[in-house]
Amino acid sequence: MGLIAVFLPLFSAIFAGALGRIIGDRATQAITCTFLCVAAIASIVMFNSVILEGNTETIKLMSWIKSGDLELNWALRFDTLSVVMLFVVNVVSAMVHIYSVGYMSHDKSKTRFMAYLGLFTFAMLMLVTSNNFVQLFFGWEGVGLASYLLIGFWHHKHSANAAAIKAFVVNRVGDFGLSLGIFAVFMLFGTLQFDPVFDQASEIAGTTFEFLGHQWDALTVTCFLLFIGAMGKSAQLGLHTWLPDAMEGPTPVSALIHAATMVTAGVFLVARLSPVFEYAPSVMEFITVIGALTALVAATIAITQHDIKRVIAYSTMSQLGYMFFALGVSAYGAAMFHLFTHAFFKALLFLGAGSVIHAMSDEQDMRNMGGIWKEIPITYAMMWIGSLALAGIPFFAGYYSKDMILEAVYADHSFVGNFAFWCGIAAAFLTAFYSWRLIIMTFHGKPRADEKVMAHIHESPPVMLFPLIILALGAILSGYIAYSWFVGEDRFEFWRDTLFILEGNDTVEAAHHVPSWVPILPFAIGLAGIAFGYLLYMFRKSWPQKIANTFKPVHTFLYKKWYFDELYHNAIVVPLIKFGYVFWKGGDKKIIDGLGPDGIANSVKEGAFQIRKIQTGFVYDYAYTMLAGVVIFITLFIVML
Amino acid sequence: MYSLADFYFHATAALPEIVLTVFGMIILLFGLVREDKSTPQVTLMTVSAFAVTALVIAAMPSEPFKGFMGSFIYDPFAQFMKLLVLMGGAACLAMTLSYNTQEKINRFEFPVLALFSTVGMMFIISANDLMLAYVGLELMSLPLYVLVSIRRDFLRSSEAGIKYFVLGALASGMILYGISLIYGFSGTINFTRLSETLALQDGVSITLSFGLIMLICGVAFKLSAVPFHMWTPDVYEGAPTSVTAFLAIAPKTAVFALLARILFDGFGDMTAQWQDVIWIIAAASMIVGAFAAIPQTSIKRLLAYSTIGHMGYALVGMTAASFDGVRSMIVYMALYMVMNIGVFAIVLMLRQNDRQTTDIDNLSGLGKTHPVVALMMTVLMFSMAGIPPLAGFFGKLFVFQAAVSAELYGLAVLGVLTSVVAAYYYLRIIKIMYFEEPIHVLDKPTRDLEVISGIATIFVVAFILFPQSLVNAAQAAATALVTI
Repeated sequence: MGLIAVFLPLFSAIFAGALGRIIGDRATQAITCTFLCVAAIASIVMFNSVILEGNTETIKLMSWIKSGDLELNWALRFDTLSVVMLFVVNVVSAMVHIYSVGYMSHDKSKTRFMAYLGLFTFAMLMLVTSNNFVQLFFGWEGVGLASYLLIGFWHHKHSANAAAIKAFVVNRVGDFGLSLGIFAVFMLFGTLQFDPVFDQASEIAGTTFEFLGHQWDALTVTCFLLFIGAMGKSAQLGLHTWLPDAMEGPTPVSALIHAATMVTAGVFLVARLSPVFEYAPSVMEFITVIGALTALVAATIAITQHDIKRVIAYSTMSQLGYMFFALGVSAYGAAMFHLFTHAFFKALLFLGAGSVIHAMSDEQDMRNMGGIWKEIPITYAMMWIGSLALAGIPFFAGYYSKDMILEAVYADHSFVGNFAFWCGIAAAFLTAFYSWRLIIMTFHGKPRADEKVMAHIHESPPVMLFPLIILALGAILSGYIAYSWFVGEDRFEFWRDTLFILEGNDTVEAAHHVPSWVPILPFAIGLAGIAFGYLLYMFRKSWPQKIANTFKPVHTFLYKKWYFDELYHNAIVVPLIKFGYVFWKGGDKKIIDGLGPDGIANSVKEGAFQIRKIQTGFVYDYAYTMLAGVVIFITLFIVML
Repeated sequence: MYSLADFYFHATAALPEIVLTVFGMIILLFGLVREDKSTPQVTLMTVSAFAVTALVIAAMPSEPFKGFMGSFIYDPFAQFMKLLVLMGGAACLAMTLSYNTQEKINRFEFPVLALFSTVGMMFIISANDLMLAYVGLELMSLPLYVLVSIRRDFLRSSEAGIKYFVLGALASGMILYGISLIYGFSGTINFTRLSETLALQDGVSITLSFGLIMLICGVAFKLSAVPFHMWTPDVYEGAPTSVTAFLAIAPKTAVFALLARILFDGFGDMTAQWQDVIWIIAAASMIVGAFAAIPQTSIKRLLAYSTIGHMGYALVGMTAASFDGVRSMIVYMALYMVMNIGVFAIVLMLRQNDRQTTDIDNLSGLGKTHPVVALMMTVLMFSMAGIPPLAGFFGKLFVFQAAVSAELYGLAVLGVLTSVVAAYYYLRIIKIMYFEEPIHVLDKPTRDLEVISGIATIFVVAFILFPQSLVNAAQAAATALVTI
């Protein structure tokens, strides 16, 4: 069953890629969607058998590398953590596959799109089911590749290509950290298999190594490097700039890759490696701070953006920040819980936004929307459900997971924990605010689009609404159903030994004993955010502009996304390009080419013409050469005697 | 002296030569009577005579056999090399027919002269003493001088003939001077006795070495090895293309056989003396062959330098002075012959408005106008450049292997480097054929040339499937010359 769940997406990709052109769009879509739905059902069966019945297993596929001490296998590890991910990936991917049939109906390259989606899904599954660091890295790079291909899917658009390259390059920085981290793991532990590494972590803790004349704590450095990788993939502050630009890709891609699955790989990585990270407390504090800052910064940017997808993208980044500061205080279960619920409601929001964009003839700017809620009532309802879940309104999925995270960081009672708590509370207010800003700007008020677009507005076809409804069910119910498994009283039985928490670090346990105002505060602040959103965008429509004008520097600062892009461009990209120019013009062209290929070619030609000059055409010259040859040979012979 | 019975006994060693000579005389008489209109029949008869002679050789036993007081040797090496020469000669003659008619040099003497030249080559291959070798060389060369200048009314042709003759005479002088030195200081000109004498001597006479060097230089002239190569481009260009083809293919094989016999049979104990000389000649030939061909605009001159380069590679095998070296040299020459037959068949096709053209630029657009010819040329050029998996690659591979196992690393590296340079001008032809627009459309090629070139191309491509059969044959031939 596990094999079906993992390999059907691969077959789907190969099928669509190799045969798609031959059998046509319709058949390809039907077959790939069928494959993915079967894989999703298989994942549900796996969820039941592995997690609920406890049939944990590791399937060894084949030997991969055997070189000295390094021994690696292709294997599928099915335990609670990987099966949760398996479930999320396959279910969302299946929904996105179905949704794409409708969304991409006007596109020319449908089979290519389906092939890339399948490839992504497979790579993501290889990542989460890996039993060693290298297979994990394979999946890690595989999802990066698929992400690159899908962001640049509309490769005739310059901005799409630029965004694809940006995503690839920024991720490269993170991947560099990750690979260094993997090297460090091999150096410290002598193996790259998960289980032996986890078993030895407590012995390795406290050892140091020398680098640049300074003694470094081995595990701290290793975990820090691994976390750099997670930061890149999960768009944490500093390495986040690629995620908003990645919205250049088709909207189903944003839903699948840049909201529900790939960007959560970093969260998964830290949770998977919890037995190692637990022994690196300073890195854990760092993770908490980065996560808290990401949650807050992203939320502040989101309140100023106009592009509907960008707002949701910054929202994703903000929610990833929540997950990370939960990881930072050892509340792995809470982080995974939020990952689980977030996958549903964020995919729902993205696909809903896609449905709006589809209805508005590819318009993405919210300033050109408005007044359309009656035209597309189902989409409108879906966006409401998604936003309620996101804002953490009780009994929707986000309420359970987000509250749990905030309670856990509060219960940590440390400085960074408190910092994260208040950042989280502030971000929760902003989250609710920008969600309703989005809903009101998009659906309410007077129509701001031109008549042609308005005349053409239509509810999406059933093939797009069906996935929305399924995901909406998830957004409503997943928190309620899964609460006791992930963080409630069943959590030990649920997680078994996949998450490792040191004695005294169990903040999830402590979260159940916080003062009663702590669980209420996020809910109250969320309501306040909603109310504020209504006030500004429904009842006092002139206020937002006034506020923006009054606090112009602040607004510009936020609107320009804290100038991260400009900073990187001027501090890194421009000097690097100048640097590259020097090496290209001076180093490559002048020195390497000049003395190398070009220079040699020129001197060969020159030499050839010289040799030709000897060929005068006169017999006496020829005879002279012959005799000279004889004399030279005889002379040489005498000399060498 | 010998009795008549003795003569019959000894003559069996030279049976193929006798058969070919008798055929030659009959064909000459036939041509004299029927005059120039009989040229097609005469050509056909000559090719048949080559075929019959080849059959005689194939039917003869392969045990070594010496006749005429040990001056004539018949062994597997001679057998193999003679078959190569006859094959190359026959292929060249078959190619000449339509060309000679078109160029109005279809004289009946043409095939007859080629036949007698071939008899000379066979003598060279079987020569076991220096005198017979010299006579064979002259018998080979004199008809060639005539053939080169067969277009008497064409200035370039006559010029080429004179140059070839004068320089050839100089080379003959060197050879004779060398022979006299060798005789003066060893008392014999027979290879077998020479090696016996040398084996008994301790230390080598300097003057004898001088003689050997003079001899090598004279023979190197016939091979067009550097620095005795200067005649090659001029003669290749001036001679009618049919003659150039013959010149490039048959004599080289024969002279290589002679050089191998001199160096291994006669002076096998003086390896130290001749190895450096051959080393320099091989290296210089590879360098000049690679570089000087680059600025050429005439395909015939280009092929002349290509020949010089190929001689250098074959000489690398010789320099190795080992069994592997001789074997690789034999394989190289066989492959060289096949490739050149194919290339010259194509060069003979290159005609515009019923006139021969040799300008490389006229090949432009051949890929569009004559795709089949262009494809064959491409394959042959790739093979000459030594690109796997074509035959030319294996030729170079074996030669370099032999050089490396004889620890001649410098020569092997030089060979690889020069073949990179040489690849430039071979690939340039391909580039001109496919990537440049046609300037003039060439005439439709004749069928016989297409067939010959096609066979050579197929051989070059298919060689990878059965390299062992040629290597085994070369092995048997080399065994007769060098004891392992």
